[in-house]
Amino acid sequence: MTPRRLLLAAPALLLLPPAARASQEEMEAAMRAFTGGVTPRPGRVSMEISPLVENGNTVPLSVLVDSPMSETDRVRAIAVFNQRNPQPHVITMRFGPRAGRAVLATHIRLATSQTLLAVAAMADGSYWSDSAQVVVTLAACVEG
Amino acid sequence: MRFLLALLPLCLPAAAAERRSGFDDMAPQTQAMQRDDSANPGMLWVLEGEALWARGCASCHGDAALSMRGVAARYPAWDAATGAPIDLAGRIAQHQGAPRLARESQGLLALTAFVAHQSRGLPINPPEDARLAPARARGAALYTQRRGQLDLSCAQCHDDHAGRRLAGSTIPQAHPTGYPLYRLEWQGLGSLQRRLRGCMTGVRAEPFAYGAAEYVEIELFLARRAAGMALETPAVRP
Amino acid sequence: MARVLLNIPARAYPGDILVIRTLIQHVMETGYRPDADGVVAPRDILRRFTCTYDGEVVMEADFSPAIAANPYLTFTLTATRTGTITLRWQGDNGFDQTETRELVVV
Ligand code: HEC
Ligand code: HEC
Repeated sequence: MTPRRLLLAAPALLLLPPAARASQEEMEAAMRAFTGGVTPRPGRVSMEISPLVENGNTVPLSVLVDSPMSETDRVRAIAVFNQRNPQPHVITMRFGPRAGRAVLATHIRLATSQTLLAVAAMADGSYWSDSAQVVVTLAACVEG
Repeated sequence: MRFLLALLPLCLPAAAAERRSGFDDMAPQTQAMQRDDSANPGMLWVLEGEALWARGCASCHGDAALSMRGVAARYPAWDAATGAPIDLAGRIAQHQGAPRLARESQGLLALTAFVAHQSRGLPINPPEDARLAPARARGAALYTQRRGQLDLSCAQCHDDHAGRRLAGSTIPQAHPTGYPLYRLEWQGLGSLQRRLRGCMTGVRAEPFAYGAAEYVEIELFLARRAAGMALETPAVRP
Repeated sequence: MARVLLNIPARAYPGDILVIRTLIQHVMETGYRPDADGVVAPRDILRRFTCTYDGEVVMEADFSPAIAANPYLTFTLTATRTGTITLRWQGDNGFDQTETRELVVV
């Protein structure tokens, strides 16, 4: 079997036209809407996502913020943004008085390889962030 | 980086003698999703099947953990009523008294997943039934027959090139260990027949209709080829 | 009713931090996906998830279409006293589903 024939068997992915994609600017705008214009400082947030993803339809993601979650020193909310899906927003989680730790885990969609940004809003008005680069390999769904 | 290194062995051709489930070829985070019942979306269908079982099957079969343990591991099996081999979904669908369920309907997938889940961890155990032999032989022939515009056989991909990469994904050895399974590409649960249809349209061949005898024949061949491997239902695949 | 798979401890000691794991059956149709004929399927997603315990908010989450089909969400709460944990999913087309579990704190 020739490599060319094998490659033919790998169809184009469900790629969206570039116009339907968010951009770096849109991601930053969505992030600033969350922070009220403040630029978050890197730190205190750790986002975990595989750097290499075999199918963008269901990608495990978790975010953990370093905080005692006491009455005064706590995380108000976590938000996750992306650069290249149709919309820059992924999820926002706001914590109430009964929250345990400032942590979330979910499964997300990634339309293509891109940057993700997780931002934590602290009760003291500060904002912290972490980012991650993710490569989405072509899911060789051989269905034509 | 450690992650990339862990992936490297997958790019090498699999040793012919060593049988690997599609599970072994997946990225660690997809394996983790399958292993963790509270994160594995396929468990939603198992739960659905459990509810359907309580309503329509338990009256005759009782506790599925007892009555259905090991059943999925020995399908496809001989069906005396039709005088032909039948797979598990077909067996459930043509059942007397049970509601008529279409192939690939959510209800049939849920019931099949629930029944097959009762055999999770058990070895695939094809019946020693001489009546199945001709159909299994036809399945073996279908497996090695070239088809489609790309003129490729199942064996060319799954025996000769297993372990190699096809675009982004590793070509698995095509062992039917996890069906029905949750495929990330489908964003839902699907049967082995749906998977086989996908492989056929992938080589630009006209797939058989759901429930066709040819599928059951291929399923018989694949089950024999995977005899002894553990069932994983509901598996997760990319 | 959508199928829901919950993993919530039934008993705890005061001050324990409990991990709550949830899966719900939902297509999460993005509103961007063209079908075979090129017609874009209308958006149908879950937008809001809320968890309360003993009447007070544990957390609430807003989902975008980037949340995968059959949404999975894990978070934590601090056990204080025996009470009801309430989970509520709301979304497009009037989707509104609530599940409750009793937590015994000893
Ligand atoms: C062009 C190569 C190619 C051909 C030809 C092909 N397949 Fe596949 N098959 C794949 C790839 C690649 C996958 C992995 C899934 C994916 O990502 O698409 C797969 C997956 C499978 C699986 C799923 C294994 C699992 O772990 O669940 C089975 C079973 C299978 N194929 C059987 C067949 C059969 C039977 C035929 C012949 C009718 C066939 N395939 C033809 C490439 C091929
Ligand atoms: C009216 C009683 C009755 C009901 C209801 C019923 N079954 Fe059965 N089932 C049987 C009998 C009797 C057999 C074995 C005889 C046969 O092969 O028909 C059987 C066989 C089976 C088998 C094959 C078992 C094997 O060892 O090969 C499966 C699987 C099965 N049933 C699943 C189901 C499911 C799923 C439902 C609910 C949708 C269901 N049954 C409802 C009576 C029933």
